[in-house]
Amino acid sequence: MRNSRRNFIKISSLGIGGAAVAGTAVHWASGKIINEAIPKSFQFKQTPTYCEVCFWKCAGWVTTDENGEIWKVEGHKADPHCNGRLCPRGTGGVGMYYDEDRLKTPLIRRIKNGKQVYEPASWEEAFTYIANKLNLIKEKYGPESVALFTHGSGGKFLGHFLKAYGSNNITAPSFAQCRGPREVAFLSTFGELVLSPERTDIRDTKCLVLIGSHLGENMHNGQVQEMSQAIDNGAAIITVDPRFSTAASKSKHWLPIKPATDLALLLAWIHVIISEGWYDEEYVEKYCFGFEELKAHVQQYSPEWAYGITTIEPQTIRETAKEMANAAPAVIIHPGRHVTWYGDDTQRLRAVAILNAILGSWGRRGGFYNPEKIALPEFPHPPFPKPRKTWKDAFPEQYNMAYEVLSTGVCEASIPSAERDSAIKGWIVNGTNLVHTLPYQQQTLEAIQNLELLVVIDTMPMEITGYADVVLPECTYLERYDAIRNSPHREPYLALRMPATQPKYNSKPDWWIAKKLAEKMGLGAYFGWKNIEEMLDWQLKKVGSSLKEMQKLGVKKLKREFDDLYFIRGQEIEFNTNTGKIELFSTELQAEGFDPLPKYTLHPEPEEEFYRLNYGRAPMHTFSRTSNNPNLHALMPENYLWVNPKVARLWKLKNGQEVWLKNQAGKVSYFPIKIRITERIRWDSVYMVHGFGHKEQRLSRANGKGASDTQLITNVMMDPIMGGTGMRGNFVTFLTEKPEKEEETL
Amino acid sequence: MRYAMAIDTRKCVGCSDCVVACQIENKVPEGFCRDWVVEATSGTYPKLELEIRSERCNQCGNAPCVRCCPTGSSFYADGGIVLVDPDKCIGCGACIASCPYDARYVHPEGFVDKCTFCIQRVRKGQRPACVEVCPTNCMYFGDLDDPNSEVSIKLKERKHKTLIPEAGTDPHLYFLI
Ligand code: SF4
Ligand code: SF4
Ligand code: SF4
Repeated sequence: MRNSRRNFIKISSLGIGGAAVAGTAVHWASGKIINEAIPKSFQFKQTPTYCEVCFWKCAGWVTTDENGEIWKVEGHKADPHCNGRLCPRGTGGVGMYYDEDRLKTPLIRRIKNGKQVYEPASWEEAFTYIANKLNLIKEKYGPESVALFTHGSGGKFLGHFLKAYGSNNITAPSFAQCRGPREVAFLSTFGELVLSPERTDIRDTKCLVLIGSHLGENMHNGQVQEMSQAIDNGAAIITVDPRFSTAASKSKHWLPIKPATDLALLLAWIHVIISEGWYDEEYVEKYCFGFEELKAHVQQYSPEWAYGITTIEPQTIRETAKEMANAAPAVIIHPGRHVTWYGDDTQRLRAVAILNAILGSWGRRGGFYNPEKIALPEFPHPPFPKPRKTWKDAFPEQYNMAYEVLSTGVCEASIPSAERDSAIKGWIVNGTNLVHTLPYQQQTLEAIQNLELLVVIDTMPMEITGYADVVLPECTYLERYDAIRNSPHREPYLALRMPATQPKYNSKPDWWIAKKLAEKMGLGAYFGWKNIEEMLDWQLKKVGSSLKEMQKLGVKKLKREFDDLYFIRGQEIEFNTNTGKIELFSTELQAEGFDPLPKYTLHPEPEEEFYRLNYGRAPMHTFSRTSNNPNLHALMPENYLWVNPKVARLWKLKNGQEVWLKNQAGKVSYFPIKIRITERIRWDSVYMVHGFGHKEQRLSRANGKGASDTQLITNVMMDPIMGGTGMRGNFVTFLTEKPEKEEETL
Repeated sequence: MRYAMAIDTRKCVGCSDCVVACQIENKVPEGFCRDWVVEATSGTYPKLELEIRSERCNQCGNAPCVRCCPTGSSFYADGGIVLVDPDKCIGCGACIASCPYDARYVHPEGFVDKCTFCIQRVRKGQRPACVEVCPTNCMYFGDLDDPNSEVSIKLKERKHKTLIPEAGTDPHLYFLI
């Protein structure tokens, strides 16, 4: 049977090598610091890094004590991502290094006495195993049959390896499961992406509109800091959210919208701004295409119409529209980040883009600025082989506007089926726990069963490692060099990550893994540098710095090449769209057969006794990545289910009571979750923080704490435009008694 | 010299960075904390208000913990900072019972511990770890006797309150509202 080919192996009894070190090492009598118990001779060493706990990549300094042990990480004052202040996850990043549950040595799946087990292996053995398999796949199916899933800095080197091997199937769940719709929507409107960090000029805005975006709980450091500055400057914040989020509590206007109706509100705002003549006439005339079509199209979407759908009073819709217009062009209707909700997400984000366009905020101070980053040349290498096919060949005519590889597409293309070319046979997975990240858990597991090779590279025994043929222990960001951080900002900045200490256990950096594997496979020429220091120094010298300088500075600000942070009034601008204008009416969407102007679509509502499952973030966690981090686990060990008091009364639920959840398809949560009764949530929905409910027992802290939203997201609404996976159309009900355990594959 | 802290509840997002930064800076043992975050919700949906407060020892001018300590281990140090001398403290817990803010805990090594306003940093001219890390920059620290200190300026500019003023402890942790 196929299903038994890859049993889930719990990485237990494998904790060999390196005695477990307690969460935080005690270097001097803890708590006694007040007595100046620190010896005067203490030499604190500081090394630069940039944070890897989330993708914001704040630059910082790591302080090590006289034993070379890591003490703390603090923000780099010159870095615009953090301005000297890391977020709680970044501060608690040391816990990643000290976590005694870390992967410690390479593991290879073998059959022993008829049972599948992991055997500890040397790096040499692991590379030999992987190289043989990869060569076999190349021979049988072609190199294009291997894909890389990655979320993290090390992915750069592994991606380089994969391209050298002959495949371009490099994907990050952050596109199809997260920010893809906003990027496609803004690209088709302005001809440019929102990018990361977002080009939102929150610092100087007069009005910030957040739609389901919960900045503050969502701890994207620079943005949260700028929101705080905006509060100091008296900016008006408008928050649209069925939940009274932290951001809502800081807002001048909170619009407690009925879930799944945001597009109706956006269209009504556009209607009001156009019909009242509050739009930026000069800007629209000069830069925009399709205004007349838009005007005619939104005629039907009055505030009175929207009231019946959104439950937001017409008066409030007008008032908030006026608030935005008064602030314009220093207004931001924020594009959000995780926006894959209902399957019409690209269209909803198109409405966001249009609203920004008619208020003239794109390219204006307090709206959206034009970021710049520098071109960092690549270390010379032979040209990559040209792949003959990609994952996309499995989906002819579909998702033409997905300009990045769809994780879920690769996953689907790994399952043999009559109607499509099942192209993918091998996965390399780095720093993303696909079992918790991708919706359709069953599909992910089925795809995994059909693979001929699954290599997982991670620091922690996340669930995905249990399905691998080979597990490779990556060292944490505090123990390694990585590619130079080169991200777009108001000014270009470079940041260096270097090891503050030696890798613990038998773990290794990704650059080393990629280079060694390449050498093993005769692809060493693609990694022509002796060691990473040589490569980084070469790169840095090309842009007027050096490794030595960066080791001292940590962060370096470079000059903008173009003086175009904002548009200059009256300036002629050619936008990168078909018409060369900002496309209110999208010719690209029209050509692809989609609505060129966003239309409201109705979404299903919960049946009786069911509640919409909403999920989000907590400031101290990054997805499931941090749930076992000793420092961060201590701040929030489990998630709670937010329930309105009316609902709690109806179900006789008590605070702290454990319930199991059952979704519309009968799927029952594996673990119970505790109830938090709060007025801060609407009566038609419930809410939980994402990233909990781990089954993996080797995550000794996180195991069994809280529930997993991903497990209950079985209804996924696909965005036909770009393949985004809408995940907010799932409904749950409460089971107050422990359910019978169903047969579990996961 | 009189040290005090003011925290802007309009900006605080309750992220707990102040908590984890303190734990790491001061090597607070696992499972304990010297500061913590309170979220106070009032009203009913959708007429709601939320106040988020990062709380810690109030460094009281009239501290019940100092008064009731039988060994004299709790004392006022420079700038009015209330400290515990871990070498003298016998861990009897009298101070814990007397503190209206629940700011103290018994350290596993047998003495009582709490927020020290990071006196070891402040003496070197640095700000407390929690103030320094806060991503929303909502905490202000300084000398109340200096009219130009951050904290004096903020308290002049903004409406503020203290916690449980009726306890008569003369707290020096202010919340800007
Ligand atoms: S936002 Fe926080 S977790 Fe993300 S990179 Fe910055 S400090 Fe690290
Ligand atoms: S770090 Fe600042 S924003 Fe975060 S909880 Fe503490 S005081 Fe509030
Ligand atoms: S002042 Fe220092 S000891 Fe007190 S809560 Fe802040 S970080 Fe902790």
